[in-house]
Amino acid sequence: MFDIPILRFGQTYESMEKQPVVHFDTGETIAQLHQATGAMVKLDLKKSQKSRDALRSIPIRKLIEICKSAARMYLEDALPCGNGSLTPEEFCRVQSATTGLPEHMCATNMRKNAFVLGHMDDVLDALTRGLPFDILSKGYGKEARGVMVSYQATTPVFGMVLPNNSPGVHTLWLPAIPMQIGLCIKPGSQEFWTPYRITEAFFKAGLPREAISVYPGGHDVGGAVMTDCQRAMIFGGQTTVDQHAGNPRISVHGPGFSKIILGDDVVDRWEDYLDLMVDSVFANSGRSCINASGVWASRHTREIADALAQRLGPIAPLPPSDPKSPLAAFTTPGVAEAMNAQIDEGCQADGVTEVTAKYRNGDRLEKRERCDYLRPTVIHCTGPDVPLANTEYMFPFVSVVECPQNKMLSQIKQTLVCTALTDDSKFKQQLLDATQIDRLNIGPVRTMQLNWLQPHEGNIVDFLFRARAFQDTPPEAH
Amino acid sequence: MSQLADLVSSAKSQLDAHTVETVQWHFHESTGSPFWLEKAKSYNFDPLKEVKCFDDLKKFPHFEDEWLRGGPISRWIPKGLAGKPAYVFETGGTTGVPKSRMVIEDHWIDYENFSDTLPDEYFPRGSNWLMLGPSGPRRLRLAVEHLAQYRGGICFCVDLDPRWVVKLLKKGKIKEAEDYKDHVIDQAITILSANHDIKCAFMTPKLLEALAMRLLDDGSSIAETGIKGIFAGGTEFTPQWYRTCREELLGPDVYITPTYGNTLMGLACGKPFDPADNYKITYYAPQPRAVIETVEFSDYNQVVGYGKTGRVKLYTMTKELFIPGFMERDEGEREMPHGKYPWDGISGTRPFHEYAKTTTVGVY
Repeated sequence: MFDIPILRFGQTYESMEKQPVVHFDTGETIAQLHQATGAMVKLDLKKSQKSRDALRSIPIRKLIEICKSAARMYLEDALPCGNGSLTPEEFCRVQSATTGLPEHMCATNMRKNAFVLGHMDDVLDALTRGLPFDILSKGYGKEARGVMVSYQATTPVFGMVLPNNSPGVHTLWLPAIPMQIGLCIKPGSQEFWTPYRITEAFFKAGLPREAISVYPGGHDVGGAVMTDCQRAMIFGGQTTVDQHAGNPRISVHGPGFSKIILGDDVVDRWEDYLDLMVDSVFANSGRSCINASGVWASRHTREIADALAQRLGPIAPLPPSDPKSPLAAFTTPGVAEAMNAQIDEGCQADGVTEVTAKYRNGDRLEKRERCDYLRPTVIHCTGPDVPLANTEYMFPFVSVVECPQNKMLSQIKQTLVCTALTDDSKFKQQLLDATQIDRLNIGPVRTMQLNWLQPHEGNIVDFLFRARAFQDTPPEAH
Repeated sequence: MSQLADLVSSAKSQLDAHTVETVQWHFHESTGSPFWLEKAKSYNFDPLKEVKCFDDLKKFPHFEDEWLRGGPISRWIPKGLAGKPAYVFETGGTTGVPKSRMVIEDHWIDYENFSDTLPDEYFPRGSNWLMLGPSGPRRLRLAVEHLAQYRGGICFCVDLDPRWVVKLLKKGKIKEAEDYKDHVIDQAITILSANHDIKCAFMTPKLLEALAMRLLDDGSSIAETGIKGIFAGGTEFTPQWYRTCREELLGPDVYITPTYGNTLMGLACGKPFDPADNYKITYYAPQPRAVIETVEFSDYNQVVGYGKTGRVKLYTMTKELFIPGFMERDEGEREMPHGKYPWDGISGTRPFHEYAKTTTVGVY
């Protein structure tokens, strides 16, 4: 059993209370996770400048090299994990065991995280728009075109309250380290594995230990991170999003409501995009906010829904170690049941039809002794106003919504990733102007095919640094 | 027989005698309260004749906390105490009618007894107190104030309405709740900086934490304000929090003792700090006036074994109030008697797991 302590500025701290972490299927205790308190986090954050000082003592170019080394170690080496160590294969096994995500998906997410770490120079170059890195360290300097610019760090450490649903989300905070901002991490109670492993990879690659603190714990820990870090990110449901909306200190990541839109000019060729639609809904067991939960078109929606249902409906759970295991388990009791009941209730409404049922050979909800599965579900909605037309669940779930093209953008609401399949230049411009869309793909790009050189829900550089005026000589007379 | 066994045996005899005396008082026509005299009519046993020891209290049906909601409050006043000035203290009440307890002098007696457990070195007699906890219709404010007066000091207080904080939290208004906490801490800082010779304090763990953090931000500390002794309670007090408090938040010059209590029971004391306990917090009820049992989740008349987990069952036996077995909203582990408190204790108190998911805890 892994005994996993708190890391306070990289130093292990053993707590009085420990939380057992069990295998979702067997109930075996796999790890015990030490539990921090809000008071501990608040006390440490008073000394958070030492994280940034430690990082600023290393040039950004060197930190990028550390990231690249860490990427390789994270992906290939046996690394410490509390009182033990884990090879990459063992890591995927235990991560799967506590999160319910199939092992091959854990491996895919590892590669995703490693890719971002390993390409950190490109990522930073893109996100800073080619800014000389020493400007971030020094606080000011001249760009190549000779213009004085100043970027001031908004915080010595980047706080985060991380989720359990998908290990791919860790890509979002990795650029903080080479930008010389320390980390104050509250990991998920089931998916703490990745933050610890990345941290160990960083340490092995030469990162100063003071740079990273990891505080597993309860709600008070999350509360302390959110109130006492000058910049923090949090993942949660719509309630969390609403709670932190408009707070400039908080980067909140909630449901994505990601969508695929078929323009009138291509919708008659919808079959050409069937693979794209299936993959966007189904990849990573539909757990991510970047999975498509909606397909919108003005016509052929029943045929599209039926075609998706034929592909997705028969998919059934397999053991998590099976390389073809398609579905993640729901490990928190009652969650799958509640979602299933909501969907059933939504399907009672006029204009809402579940299309998958006839292809599924069984119920949507599969209850096991210690976990549940929800099998892929395709819903047809006759319009954007009917129930389930703009819904997201943490499994392969998609609503195919019939909507005239000229009404789509006024109806889709907040959309994290929008893949628009159209060559209509007027529609493309309207899509580009639609502020409710965060990541816009125009063309055949799967919703979860992210280019890491692009910002995601805001640019992390703009979040962690403030562009401001700086002068060390008087300006020209004017 | 060991010395502790002697003490345990003596305490048990005292408890049995006190039980009989209390039942006689509350069920006798001349002294009992209208509530219990009426209730007794529905029993298939005669409390006056058939309660001969503490264990006989199991003959009573479980006390239902709903009985404490609503009036008339006078039905709880024993005839033997009629005419004395009475207080009413409330618990809960975020929504609906709160539970009420009628009190005449119990809060004074409870805190005078508690005073005897406080070390004078850290709670110097004659020094002034700060009360940083819920006020309004709760007994805590008046009780702590009496404690200060009983020890020869004066108590400085702040206003704090926990029901408002619960409302804010339920609405997700975290910022407003934080602002309210800051408002309370502002008042505490003002009092502490006003040269009032405050050396002792009651604080809830959350407010103690907030005050200590504020002082650290200001380059000061609890010790630098002059406070030497704190008794804390009112919300969950975990071993880790206790450790953080002692090792990092307060420093070696400030004494802190945990307490566990409520309006119905009074105040259970924490076992004196012992490094060998590894910050385990064990509470002992103020027997014989109140008793805590740790009982099976499936059978509230069955005490669990030592070290085993169960739900907290509370008995109150004072002249003012008789409660023969009230199921608290907490659970914990049964602990062995201690030389200072030779009866069962309880450790690891935390919200009862069946309620924990739906209860907003630790708001002040």
